[in-house]
Amino acid sequence: MKSIRVGSGAGYAGDRLEPSLELIEKGNLDYISYECLAERTIAIGQDAKLKDPNKGYNSLLEHRMEQALPLCWKHKVKLITNMGSANPEAGAKKCVEIAKKHGLDGMKIACVTGDDLLPVIDKYGDTEVWETHEPLSKLPGKIVSANAYMGAEGIVKALEQGADVVITGRVSDPAIFMAPAIYEFGWSMEDWDKLGKGTMMGHLLECGGQATGGYYADPGKKDVQGMGHLGFPLIEISEDGSFFITKVEGSGGEVTPSTCSEQIVYEIHDPENYLTPDVVADFKEVKFTQTAKDVVKVEGATGRPRTETFKCSVGYQDCFIGEGEISYGGPGCVGRARLALDIVKERLELVAKGKFEELKFDIIGCNSLFWGPDYHYNEEPSEVRVRVAGRASSKADADIIGNEVEALYTNGPAAGSGAFKRTREIVSMASILVSRYDVTPEVKILTV
Amino acid sequence: MKLYEIAHSRTGDKGNISNVSLIAYEEKDFALIKEKATAERVKEHFKGIVKGEVVRYELPNICALNFVMYDALGGGVTRTLSQDLHGKSLSSFLLNMEI
Repeated sequence: MKSIRVGSGAGYAGDRLEPSLELIEKGNLDYISYECLAERTIAIGQDAKLKDPNKGYNSLLEHRMEQALPLCWKHKVKLITNMGSANPEAGAKKCVEIAKKHGLDGMKIACVTGDDLLPVIDKYGDTEVWETHEPLSKLPGKIVSANAYMGAEGIVKALEQGADVVITGRVSDPAIFMAPAIYEFGWSMEDWDKLGKGTMMGHLLECGGQATGGYYADPGKKDVQGMGHLGFPLIEISEDGSFFITKVEGSGGEVTPSTCSEQIVYEIHDPENYLTPDVVADFKEVKFTQTAKDVVKVEGATGRPRTETFKCSVGYQDCFIGEGEISYGGPGCVGRARLALDIVKERLELVAKGKFEELKFDIIGCNSLFWGPDYHYNEEPSEVRVRVAGRASSKADADIIGNEVEALYTNGPAAGSGAFKRTREIVSMASILVSRYDVTPEVKILTV
Repeated sequence: MKLYEIAHSRTGDKGNISNVSLIAYEEKDFALIKEKATAERVKEHFKGIVKGEVVRYELPNICALNFVMYDALGGGVTRTLSQDLHGKSLSSFLLNMEI
């Protein structure tokens, strides 16, 4: 039975590079996919594209491709990535430039577009936003991006046209890992069982090291070796949809039913109904079996017909968040931190009353992560850090927070140290559903 | 006993919704976890942090529960005022629950 090997080159935009190079060189791979596009990243990319039409792709694209493209060409590994972000075509052109420089003559680089709905976003003004339950037209700030989560279709088309490298914008994360299986095995886009299995494969790979011991280790309970050189996961899948997950021999980390279990429940809600653009995947009966060291066989995933809609993420200018921090240590540090917070509360009442939609007062070391009313610490920590954060509609108002925390140096409790302040402009995301027939993936191939 | 002794956990986020898994290290403990870590108990444990409903799902073959917690992340990763933007530490908070 025919099978292919697909590696995970990245689990987020800023991920380590060397584990992916190790996979290309030593993983005996057919494909490597890099998942590099968080929800908000594309809004930032749109801004870059507005300023320069040749920009708007992932800022690490050049850094990654300089090393990955020559290696992929040498080892006959095809590369798929959503690093195109807000401008897949410009990303593909940059790849052509890099490939030329390295003499990769004949390499075919595809871009997949069609996810960008910003030019037509006005027609969705009456569509309800999930987060606010209000129509899209009622969003408080200017819309700066709108991208539909496309499925695997565009990537499969690119592979059918002979692409060695596929650069996409917004597509579902599992799609960039599953598309090779659909193409290589000729799976029907309505074979729900296979697409459910392919989605499980994608879900295990899409967060890189999170399947091999990353985001998992807990000394004494879950000891993981070699995390400084953690290996990224790869999957060998057969045309019937059966597969196992493993990593390159000698790399750090581990692949066990436990590491896989944590990853498969990550970022899913109802395991029987995991909605993706390609299929409603069903992970409820999934089963993991360790068949050798760092090799886990995965069974039991299936799927049902996809929905008629795509999720579309809309970025809009929302607000400004101001933050300030300062540390206190030694005997009485918690008491001084409490006094510091009381002072800042009073100051904000005096100088900025009513300017903040919401404020948060933390003592890092005591209650910044968990602030439930019944959660107490028995011991006094040896040091704590005061943190105040607030949301305002203007930068000038948000700046007041950091300034007031910093002013604790000379006006606050004894021995305040290491003050820090910043204000961030916040682009928030609103989610709407759009008809899948409004979105058509388009493929363009550039040959080196 | 804390859940930490017999189970492990990972948190994910989607918008203002957090999902926290709870996975028994050993199959023999799964029944106990199912009995003790009800959606109601977990909602009570997260009082003050989670403002919305808590829904529990099961993945029996891997001895896992999945708690989906609504209105849990101070508005979600983009606009929350929490230093833990994604609520990634909530898994550790669940494991601190006494059963």
